[in-house]
Amino acid sequence: MAEQAVDEGRRRFLTVTTAVIGAGGATALAVPFLASLQPSERAQAAGAPVTVDVSRLEVGAILREQWRGRPVWIVRRTPEQLAALEGLASQLRDPNSAVTEQQPEYARNPHRSIRPEYLVLIGICTHLGCSPLFEPEIRPQPFAADWKGGFFCPCHGSKFDMAGRVYSGVPAPTNLAVPPYRFDDDQRVTIGLDPVPGAA
Amino acid sequence: MTKFFATMALALAAPVAFGAAGKFPTEAAANNIGDQASLQRGAALFMNYCASCHSAEMIRFSRIARDLGLSEEQVMKNLNLVGAKFQDTLQVAMTREDAATWLGAAPPDLTLTARAKHEGADWIYTYLKSFYVDEARPIGWNNPLLPGASMPHVLWEYQGVQRVVTEPRQKDAQGRDLPCRKGEVGNACFVRFEIAQPGLMDPEEYSVAIRDISNFMEYIAEPAVMERRRWGIWVVLFLAFFTFLAWLLKAEYWRDVH
Amino acid sequence: MAAVNPVSGAIAGVQKWINDRAPGLDAAYRKHISEYMAPKNFNLWYFFGSLAMLVLVNQIVTGIFLTMHYKPSATEAFHSVEYLMRDVDWGWLIRYMHSTGASFFFIVVYLHMYRALIYGSYQKPRELVWVIGVAIFLVLMAEAFLGYVLPWGQMSFWGAQVITSLFGAIPFVGESLVEWIRGDYVIADATLNRFFALHVIALPLVLLLLVVLHLGALHEVGSNNPDGVDIKKHKGPDGRPLDGIPFHPYYTIKDLFGAGFFLTLFFFVIFFAPLFGGKFLEYDNFIPANPMVTPEHIKPVWYFTPYYAMLRAVPDKLGGVIVMGSAVLILFVLPWLDRAPVRSHRYRPLLAKLILAGFVVAFVYLGYAGYQPASPGLTLLAQIATVYYFAFFIFMPWWSKLGHFKPVPERVTMHD
Repeated sequence: MAEQAVDEGRRRFLTVTTAVIGAGGATALAVPFLASLQPSERAQAAGAPVTVDVSRLEVGAILREQWRGRPVWIVRRTPEQLAALEGLASQLRDPNSAVTEQQPEYARNPHRSIRPEYLVLIGICTHLGCSPLFEPEIRPQPFAADWKGGFFCPCHGSKFDMAGRVYSGVPAPTNLAVPPYRFDDDQRVTIGLDPVPGAA
Repeated sequence: MTKFFATMALALAAPVAFGAAGKFPTEAAANNIGDQASLQRGAALFMNYCASCHSAEMIRFSRIARDLGLSEEQVMKNLNLVGAKFQDTLQVAMTREDAATWLGAAPPDLTLTARAKHEGADWIYTYLKSFYVDEARPIGWNNPLLPGASMPHVLWEYQGVQRVVTEPRQKDAQGRDLPCRKGEVGNACFVRFEIAQPGLMDPEEYSVAIRDISNFMEYIAEPAVMERRRWGIWVVLFLAFFTFLAWLLKAEYWRDVH
Repeated sequence: MAAVNPVSGAIAGVQKWINDRAPGLDAAYRKHISEYMAPKNFNLWYFFGSLAMLVLVNQIVTGIFLTMHYKPSATEAFHSVEYLMRDVDWGWLIRYMHSTGASFFFIVVYLHMYRALIYGSYQKPRELVWVIGVAIFLVLMAEAFLGYVLPWGQMSFWGAQVITSLFGAIPFVGESLVEWIRGDYVIADATLNRFFALHVIALPLVLLLLVVLHLGALHEVGSNNPDGVDIKKHKGPDGRPLDGIPFHPYYTIKDLFGAGFFLTLFFFVIFFAPLFGGKFLEYDNFIPANPMVTPEHIKPVWYFTPYYAMLRAVPDKLGGVIVMGSAVLILFVLPWLDRAPVRSHRYRPLLAKLILAGFVVAFVYLGYAGYQPASPGLTLLAQIATVYYFAFFIFMPWWSKLGHFKPVPERVTMHD
């Protein structure tokens, strides 16, 4: 058999090179397949920004919209509700909105909104994705004797205040998320677009 | 073995020739899908002259913007004439039922027209070039590529008014019709078109305009064509290189085999 | 012995752990890969088996991803395919890989079958390998036909209409059978839905099982080779055939090279000619299915055209169906029709080679004729070719014995 000595080095070099190049090719081929599972252009089109007329929203009421298939709440808070936000800090997990992914920079303030009166939230509990209930009244509730108004998740009992901030001692880890939004004018809010710099 | 491959190749290639022998031959559009300026002009013409009656319901404005190198603003201002959203597909205002009542038949969706014809863009190009006045038709126009179609010549202002010159069919010794050399128009043979009334464009300008439309329609029939061509060359080169490596490896190992 | 590096040490450890618990896996690996002794003189023709496996994997993987976007409903199917081609990232690539894969599958399988034909790979003791192979071919045809209906274009619809109508030729039960297959009076939503189920679940399972059996049967008796000699007749002192080499690494690497070459061609078509001049994806199929309008020229995809030409060559509905069916079924009995004393065509007389060449010409011509619109001249030639096709098999027990056979060498020959 062995008329010529086998060049082990060359053999190993070619084996490794072919294997590495082949594995690279296979990995590259996996990319289109995995990318095909991302939201398609149709899904993105359906998830386009939504403009909502908030002029007829009564003080203290909530408006439920859909954006990217998820519920988005627009609440017009009463002065009492806004006032109640102060002084809750000690009971909250993240009173100052330190977790930056949960709101855009322009909503990182005590009322977590662009205009104090209007609260815009994604209505999905940060625990396991249920949609919490709107409990605006400032009065004792079965789930909290000293309720200052906010949102209560019936699935696992997570509680949020009127700015969507999560209370301590509940399963939800973070505050409710604020989507990107902007005021086009005094009547209309567009969900899914950041404010134009300098405008609002 | 070689002979076998050759016959296989022949069998695959042979039917290409067939099918070109339609009743009216098409002319090469000579369009170039890589010519972005042509696609942009074609898009504008398409929106102005086709899209008011025909939908192209599988292509989005946003996609056109991306592939044709246009900004959202440009598309929304210059191409979107129906007040659609940027992500919307090209729809028409009329319902299919209304269209059928008003026009006799609902104008077909044009997204895939360039792919549904084996002549592709050439067919569209020739079609747009071949409208002629025909008093016998209720709409006053006819077209040898689609005789009796209910579409009027929407670009007549540009091309002008064309008349068709025909000659009677030749017959062979037995009195049977011989095939026309340059295509059929009705029962006669096509000779040429004559411009009875010139349009706003000279024939050369008009050819460019309809080449642009054909080009754009070829693009909307397969928007992926852009990515396809961009990636294809790299994929094939990579595989060729890999094959070369595998061949070296094979040759190395097979030195053991005598 | 080189020093054990930690990586190969760890691999060996895992191997031992598995081996202690499932010794059968290692035995299977040795039997089918590392110690499967294959003749060393495989030529070009022997690439197509592994390439068929490669295409099968391609079809399964791309198929799974297609089902994630496709909607098997008469109102949505066509648009869901175009949605995939446009709105889904890289959807066009996955779809073209699948559609081009279908045509390449048949190219590879036809060449693989032709290989068996010229080297007598169906002869004793490999009859079972061949019979399972023909079953694979049959299931593959059904699979391809069902898949072709799914895009729900004009050719899908009318192709399905024509093919299901064939069953109507069966006496007495025909008409009710056709309705039962369609689940409606015409090809309709119900038909599409069940074709989808069969295409993505039922037939792929059958196909995979048959492929396993095909390989199992082959590895039991060992591979044939271009000389058609039995390599097990001459064994070395280690009990291994002198003309055999272990499948791994020699043929795994050789097949890797073949796969690379094949994929280069394959992806060239995908990226630069995915319609392949209207042959892999047909122009009329870019028009949504319309039960009111039949396309001018109905023809099956290229890989069915030889059989379609036979169907048309017979001027009788039932007769045509029988002829077409028999053309495939007759392949099953090929191992018992060939009476030649040798396997490979290398050692057969000139007469046999000429007869085989005629068969290739007839088959290719039928493929061509099936692609064209029917015309009297074409039909006459197609009839002649059909007769030749059947005569080739029916008279094989007679002609395969004729002429002067060359002596078969004891050992395999190597020439490139």
